[in-house]
This record gives sequence, structure tokens and C-alpha cells, in this order.
Amino acid sequence: MVSEKDHNVSRRQFLTYTLTGVGGFMAAGMILPMARFAIDPVLQAGAAGDMTAVADVSDLTEQPQRFDFSYEQKDAWYTSEVTETAWIYQEGDEIVALSPTCTHLGCTVNWDANEDYPDQFFCPCHGGRFEKDGKNIEGTPPTEPLHKYEVEVQDGTVYLGKAEPQI
Amino acid sequence: MLQKIYEWVDERLDITPMWRDVADHEVPEHVNPAHHFSAFVYCFGGLTFFITVIQILSGMFLTMYYVPDIVNAYESVKYLQGEVAFGTIVRGMHHWGASLVIVMMFLHTLRVFFTGAYKRPRELNWVVGVLIFFVMLGLGFTGYLLPWDMKAYFATVVGLQIAESVPVIGGLAKTLLAGDPEIIGAQTLTRFFAIHVFFLPGALLGLMAAHFIMIRRQGISGPL
Repeated sequence: MVSEKDHNVSRRQFLTYTLTGVGGFMAAGMILPMARFAIDPVLQAGAAGDMTAVADVSDLTEQPQRFDFSYEQKDAWYTSEVTETAWIYQEGDEIVALSPTCTHLGCTVNWDANEDYPDQFFCPCHGGRFEKDGKNIEGTPPTEPLHKYEVEVQDGTVYLGKAEPQI
Repeated sequence: MLQKIYEWVDERLDITPMWRDVADHEVPEHVNPAHHFSAFVYCFGGLTFFITVIQILSGMFLTMYYVPDIVNAYESVKYLQGEVAFGTIVRGMHHWGASLVIVMMFLHTLRVFFTGAYKRPRELNWVVGVLIFFVMLGLGFTGYLLPWDMKAYFATVVGLQIAESVPVIGGLAKTLLAGDPEIIGAQTLTRFFAIHVFFLPGALLGLMAAHFIMIRRQGISGPL
């Protein structure tokens, strides 16, 4: 235990500590609000995924069909209507909704669009292909399956959320 | 740790003389409030500089959200003030600091005037100081328009009418500032924004550098 007497703080040291402390406090008071202000987008809670009504269950078939849907997107002070597309099909009880964005470089895929590759999703940009369930076909450019929309069914209507990677 | 880093750099770059030259000089007795309390009047120049630093910092952060466009300006200010964390504080710092910097500058000018510090050989520094004063007024005038609300708009209408009332070149000056002979709108806002965040701050930094270099060369004027 160091006794009180051994604390030989010189006048110069005391002043250095005091000035650094007060100066640091003032600087922090200035910088903290600005820093918190700047990093706000990082800390803002992600908006709970709103679901959008897209199609009636009775319209769905075993074959993927194209459904366009739009919703209101709030981007800070700018609100706009955004349109998205989903390829939806029904398999038994399960409803699958796939995003048409190619997982290679982001072009738009179409179902059954190329005569040589029936019953597959085909991307016109680099010939990427996917199975009906979205699985990318070996030997074509995409490296992962098509993203899958969150699906919810209520009163015979299909609601879609965000498209998430399958793997 | 810090000491070690400093020594490592200093050993290679010899930085000690650099900061010594800037920071290590004696404060004369007559400007040290510890000796004569009335010497606090010598603080106003430093306070002006301090607030200017706050203005530059808070202004930099505000431009992260602000948009200089007639459709979005008001909405973006409303958003940054109402929705972003500490938005009220950061915008408040810039808003109140703008007024405070004028007050501090005015007090500094009074001190310089009543202590006769503007006299030979410091006339040039007085001139530079007056130029800084005008630049600050320009910053206040151009910044006032940026929120693009009614108060901002009509204050600018009046300000531009004043510019227009100047003989001979008034009309030209107004068009140059507003970007259009009649409309105070899209072009006026972008112009004022550019002047507010690039041109005038650039001029201000140059003038302040000159102001401070002259003080260091000539020293603070003597006691009354």
C-alpha cells in the first residue's frame, strides 16, 4: 500500500492531468453526439419484415408462375413504391416463392424460357440455370441457389416477406 | 504506451520542434487571467476559433443527411433532426454556434479596438480580421437558406433584394448569387450550399491561417 506521502505529484503534473481531463471531457462532449449521429444507420433496428399480399393460393400450380407485387419502401425521408417479382409454385402443401435474381451477377432469370432447357430457370446473361426448387445446376456460373421468399398463407392469400439465401 | 509511440515517431521525424514552435510559448502576464482577472477579454479570439472548429465539425456531420435540393432539403432536415439519434443536438450545435461565433467575434473586435491592438505594426492583421468578419456573415447568410423553410426562403428574398439595391452592379450580383434573374429556387439553393460548404470555408481557413501566422510573428500587443 502506497502511503499518502509517496504521492509526489508535481504542480506541473497536476496541471497536465487537470487540463487533459477537462479538455478530454469537453472534446468528448463535442464528438460523442456527432459520432452517435453519424453511426445511427448502423444502430437503427431493422424494420420488422412486413409481409405483402402477392397471390391467391387458388391461382398457384405445380409450375412456377410469375407474380409481380409492389410495396411501399421507406428510405429515410423518401417513400416510394418498389416492385418485385417472385416465381411461385405449389408442391403438395408447400408453397415455394423464389426470387428471380440470378445468384451469379444479378440478372433476372425466367422459368422455362430457353427451348434447350425446359423446366428450368434460365438466366440470359451468362446461361446460368437453376432447378425448379432453385438449386443451381453444376457447370453453370451461379454458385448458390436462387433466394427464397419468406412465405405466409392467410385466408387463401399468399404473403411474401424478404428473399433469403437458401444456404 | 503513447509515450513510446511518440518517441518512436520523434526519433525518426524529429517532430518535437514542430509542435514546440506552435504551442510552446509564454503567455505574457497582461493577457493571463491568473494574474489580472480582467485579462479574460483576451479569450474571445480563441473562443471564436473554438466555436469555428465546432461549426466545421458539426457541419461536416450534418451533410451526411442533408440534401441541397428544393424537393428534399426540408424533408431531410426534418428527418435528421427528428428521427436520427442526437440530430437535435448536432443541428443545435450548428444553429446556436452560428450565432455565438458572431457574438464572440464581435467581442474580440471590441477588445482589439479598445486595447488599440490594431495600431502599427498590426494594421494588416486588423484588415484580415475584418475580412474574416465578412466571410462569417456570408456563412451565416448562405447557411440560413439551407433548411428551405418559409423563414429561410423569405430571409433570402430580403437578402437578395439588398444585394440588388447596390448601384450599377446590383442586378448582376443578385443573379450571380441566386443563379437566376427572377426565381429564387433550385439554383439558388445549390449555389448557396456550394458557397456555404466549399467556397467560404476555404476562404475562412486561408484567412485564419494568415491571422494566426501574423500573431505569431508580431506577438500579442503590449499592455495598456
